Amino acid sequence: MADVKNGNRHWLEHPATQTFLIPILAVALSFAIGAIFIVIVGQNPFEVYSTLFSQTLGTSYGIGQLLFKTTPLIFAGLSVALCFRAGLFNIGAEGQLQIGAFATALVGMYTMGVPPVIEIPLLILAGMIGGGLWGFIPGYLKAKTGAHEVINTIMLNFVAAALVSYFVTNVYNVPATVHTPPISPTGRLPRFDALFSGFEGSPVNFSILIALLAAVFVWYYIDRTRYGYELRVVGLNPKAAEYGGISVAKNIIVSMTIGGAIAGLVGTNFVMGYKYYFEEGFSIGTGFMGIAVALLGNNNPFGVILAALLFGMLEYGGLVINTMVPKELVSILQAIVIIFVISSNKIFRRILVNFLKKRTLSVND
Amino acid sequence: MISQIFSLAFLAQTIRITVPYSLASLGGVYSERGGVVNIALEGIILNGAFCATVGTYYTGSPLFGVVCGIAGGLLTALIHAVVTIHVKADQIISGIAINLFAVGITKFVLEILFHSSSNSDRIPGLPHIHLGFIENQPDVARLLGNPLVLATILIVVASQFIIFKTRFGLRLRAVGENPEAADTVGISVVLYRYLGVLISGALAGLAGAWLAFDQHSFTDGMSAGRGYIALAAMIVGKWNPMGAAAACLLFGFAESLQIQLQGAGMPTQFIQMIPYVATIIVLAGFIGKAVAPGADGVPYEKEK
Repeated sequence: MADVKNGNRHWLEHPATQTFLIPILAVALSFAIGAIFIVIVGQNPFEVYSTLFSQTLGTSYGIGQLLFKTTPLIFAGLSVALCFRAGLFNIGAEGQLQIGAFATALVGMYTMGVPPVIEIPLLILAGMIGGGLWGFIPGYLKAKTGAHEVINTIMLNFVAAALVSYFVTNVYNVPATVHTPPISPTGRLPRFDALFSGFEGSPVNFSILIALLAAVFVWYYIDRTRYGYELRVVGLNPKAAEYGGISVAKNIIVSMTIGGAIAGLVGTNFVMGYKYYFEEGFSIGTGFMGIAVALLGNNNPFGVILAALLFGMLEYGGLVINTMVPKELVSILQAIVIIFVISSNKIFRRILVNFLKKRTLSVND
Repeated sequence: MISQIFSLAFLAQTIRITVPYSLASLGGVYSERGGVVNIALEGIILNGAFCATVGTYYTGSPLFGVVCGIAGGLLTALIHAVVTIHVKADQIISGIAINLFAVGITKFVLEILFHSSSNSDRIPGLPHIHLGFIENQPDVARLLGNPLVLATILIVVASQFIIFKTRFGLRLRAVGENPEAADTVGISVVLYRYLGVLISGALAGLAGAWLAFDQHSFTDGMSAGRGYIALAAMIVGKWNPMGAAAACLLFGFAESLQIQLQGAGMPTQFIQMIPYVATIIVLAGFIGKAVAPGADGVPYEKEK
């Protein structure tokens, strides 16, 4: 430990080691294990992986698809990360984004002909309110009754799915479909291919800019504001927070609500930027993937963007390699990444502790 | 109308739905009584269903299929146990990762073995015992004569006894409630937590086998949220085997009511919500307080 004081830190002790090394190792290891699965199918792992990379990163169409898949993952990842920093586990991003996206579509249906400068912010706001409400409920229940947010968010995911299903099939239905009527044309976000011909045919749209703005907001909110400071203190040590005059209950409710609002923005990508209506089952598992993204991004907003890009690439990559290996290979890869990250955080820390102990002993000698 | 709904077929439907819920829910009880949160139930059910299907398909023996289903559940639970008990990683994230893994691996192997991304070939069902009554309703007779129905009832009753009246149960509850104290008196926290998670794997795997035989095939994602309903029932049943089974029966009743009403063309989404809303209400303490085991979800760090 003596060396630390001298500023002569061993590289293993540097926080960046943990932030970058673990995710990179986890991804590399999962690809290695994935290679075994590919060999079992009788394919060449190098060929499959090179196809995966060249078809996603090597063409502007592929990049467009990748960014389209990345956008909802950024929202979901940010939602989970923000709650994590407050010590809360938001497994409810899936439900929050369902309600948010539905709210966006609903308001969009009833506001035909409103000019875009009003319509677009209005629809974004609707998504945030819908998602925020769905985050507020478990936050409120946790703050007031102590009911665990993990269980309540899981339950609310199912309630949200049933609720939107009711409205989509029984109230706002285009016959013979499971989607709503379209939103106002003035509420639509332009696709990139309308401006840059290279993205031709890929659905990436301006909602990704909203996602990047959301990341900057989360960073600023958590790291630069008083509210963010309170949120972090509550996350690190709720008893100390309460003792220091910070209301834990208030922070729980606020964090879950903001987290829900961010998840609710997923509708900007699908509803405002892609299909222009809400469709039942449009997001299967995005909210859950947000947990993986937050984890891999170390709950840092910019880490979330990088992790979302990786997972977005894998999601589109699965479709690209489907002719060679079943596309479910990428779900397996994603699951292995998650397990490695949570395991290696612990194992790495243990190695580090042992290492430091030995070094301290040798210094004392 | 009413008599049409609450018929013998309705009863059979309710039982058919309740059996896998109960088995998985009991699994949750064993795992969480030992202090390990098991969100992986969903994935365990799925892997159990898949292994049962494959085992039956290649041997032609449903009995062997049941063994495979349990083995598949055990293996999946073993991952959860190693990651959460040995490595002491986050139990909830581990569960989510395992659920994702199960969806991926079952579809992956399904495509290799059956060249389909949606379902396996048909498998035979479990042989049933001839009961000698209600033979005029062959479907109902077959269901009630299903050995797994009887087994489930026995497992529920036995679990209540095992958890509250045996030394094993006492120790399991001790490591889930206060692992430090259990450790002090010489109970191996690691051993009992492993046992809790593995028993939950076997039971949820059996639940998966039930689904596969009930449907005579494996279809992708066939666990369809049942693992989460089982968790909900465990909470509503306050971590007691009998309570959990009773909650499963209630949820099974609601679900078969929903199926009936759907047939009549009525919107059923609100009935669908019953298990989830019930769980939220119970957790909030509006109907008695549901208290989880003291060290549920907390990895045990042995003092050095």
